[in-house]
Amino acid sequence: MSERLVDVTPGASAPPAPRRRWAPRPFRAVLVALAAVIPLVIVAVLLFLVVYAWPAIKFNGLGFLLTKTWDLGNLYADPVETRGVLAPVGATYGCLVFVAGTLASSFLALLVAVPVSLGISIFLAEGVIPALKTPFAIVVEMLAVVPSVVYGLWGIIVLVPIVAHTIAPALAAVLGAIPFFRAGGGTGFGLLASSLVLALMIIPVITITVYDAMTRIPKEAKEAAYALGTTKFEMVFFTMLPMVRPAIIGAVILGLGRALGETMAVLMVSGGALNYLPATLMTPISTMASFIVSQLDSAEQDESGLAVQSLAEIAIVLFVITVVVNMVARLLVRSGSGARG
Amino acid sequence: MASASTIEIAASTIRRRPVAGRRFRSVLGWVFCGVAFGLVAVPLLDIILLILVRGFSALSPQLFTQVTEGVGGGLLNAITGTIVLSIGALIFGVPIGIGTGIYLSEFGNGRFGFVVRFLADVLTGVPSIVLGYFSYVTMVIWLGWQFSVLAASITLAMMILPYMAKMTELVLRQIPVSMREAAYALGADDRMMVVRVLLPVAMPGITTATLLSLAISVGETAPLIYTAGWSNYVWNGRLTHQPIGYLTYVIWSFINQPFASAHALAFAAALLVMVTVLAINLGARALLHGRSS
Repeated sequence: MSERLVDVTPGASAPPAPRRRWAPRPFRAVLVALAAVIPLVIVAVLLFLVVYAWPAIKFNGLGFLLTKTWDLGNLYADPVETRGVLAPVGATYGCLVFVAGTLASSFLALLVAVPVSLGISIFLAEGVIPALKTPFAIVVEMLAVVPSVVYGLWGIIVLVPIVAHTIAPALAAVLGAIPFFRAGGGTGFGLLASSLVLALMIIPVITITVYDAMTRIPKEAKEAAYALGTTKFEMVFFTMLPMVRPAIIGAVILGLGRALGETMAVLMVSGGALNYLPATLMTPISTMASFIVSQLDSAEQDESGLAVQSLAEIAIVLFVITVVVNMVARLLVRSGSGARG
Repeated sequence: MASASTIEIAASTIRRRPVAGRRFRSVLGWVFCGVAFGLVAVPLLDIILLILVRGFSALSPQLFTQVTEGVGGGLLNAITGTIVLSIGALIFGVPIGIGTGIYLSEFGNGRFGFVVRFLADVLTGVPSIVLGYFSYVTMVIWLGWQFSVLAASITLAMMILPYMAKMTELVLRQIPVSMREAAYALGADDRMMVVRVLLPVAMPGITTATLLSLAISVGETAPLIYTAGWSNYVWNGRLTHQPIGYLTYVIWSFINQPFASAHALAFAAALLVMVTVLAINLGARALLHGRSS
């Protein structure tokens, strides 16, 4: 059937689009319904999480974001009514520790990942001989598909010992005067290990986006730079990098979005902090995502349900942060590519 | 005359010295770029080597014939569980994803199309654990399905849905307009045009997208902890009220146990997951590359 259709085309070089009258279009209606699933999912996620967490939102108030303590309270005593909600005696829920852990690990990860990603993008786009371009690009792409839990496994077995025995002592020796770098714990599980794993995971995200943008730069721009007598690296640094700046900013925020929501790898190497803020690079941390996973079992012990609902509130905070970050990133990447095209 | 040569000498020194500095800086720059690549290539190779070496030494026939018992035994329950959950995810995610992709490519130039496309990007960025918690709240608790195949499959489907939609749209948009016009000229309606003309042409691309979605489902962990639970037994065919095991859970949970047998299982599971995921991705890449060249 389709072959016959193709054979007919050359004869009718520009067939006019058939005029359509208003009529029921069941096929298109089905497609619209299917396309509506994605928006529905997003709305449903937010709606149901808020409805479910509502008692916790009422109980915790705005202080939720600024409270360090996560205390399930006395689960053996009868719950008492506080702020209109039945809560265990002494229960306090706050997500400041997890927000801080998430932000600290993500920003440290960006600090490592951004220069490295730019370096790799430049290396792939201009530095490497054409024959090696594809295999090297595959290396970066494969980094993006390694499952999060495998990163965690590698982190526990390989990275954490390296952090504990090599990186932390070295940093303490060089920068020990600054309290932040003074090696505290000796286990290696903590902020630094989490950040390094996160960096490894977001580097492909940033690199692929920036590399794509670089390959789309017109040859004329590069030749113009060469004509002014630049070396190849100066051409890349002063001509290509500024041209892909919107893509870089978008890619970095995209990487940030990935880092903020990363769960398993961070959970496995972060050490799991409760009730204290990260003070040094070696402090154990909890991120919002990792805390949600690690606390489900103990939160379910709370018969008032408030602990599980407070976890849902953390999920809402995480959802809102990542959605905003991703929206900004997509708009930037899109406007950047639009300006180039 | 003399002044001219002085100028020449001056010019040459001015030119030479900065050039030397610039060359040096350029070399430094390239060294940094090469080192940056090494900083990711070495960990990737190390990850693959670690999983291959430790995984292969843990491989044995009983992994595929026995179920997990405590921290020992085999992985039969987890292997079948991962297969069941992945197929379940594809059953829900692929048709909806393809439908969304067709809409975006063929009719999606209006405002609704823009919104869907944008929200597909947003959904890609939503942390999987948030989707998992959503499913936990709605399906596991409110609908009372408990930890179950259905809840876990639908959660995975929500994750692969935006990928399927975006990739289907991309594939369809590469098909020349003249083919659509030819179909319409022969009197085909929208449905005929899409089903008989576009989809057959797009089939290799859509197959690739499906395989990549499969890789995503196989490697996912966090949302399953909240929806699938864990079971030592092979799945008994029930869609709800029955937890199910899966390979990534073994990796996460058993590596923290202090037993050698648990570690062996974790590495064996990691090997199976890694080989599946890398094979699918490299295969899909080869397929796309082979067609385009």
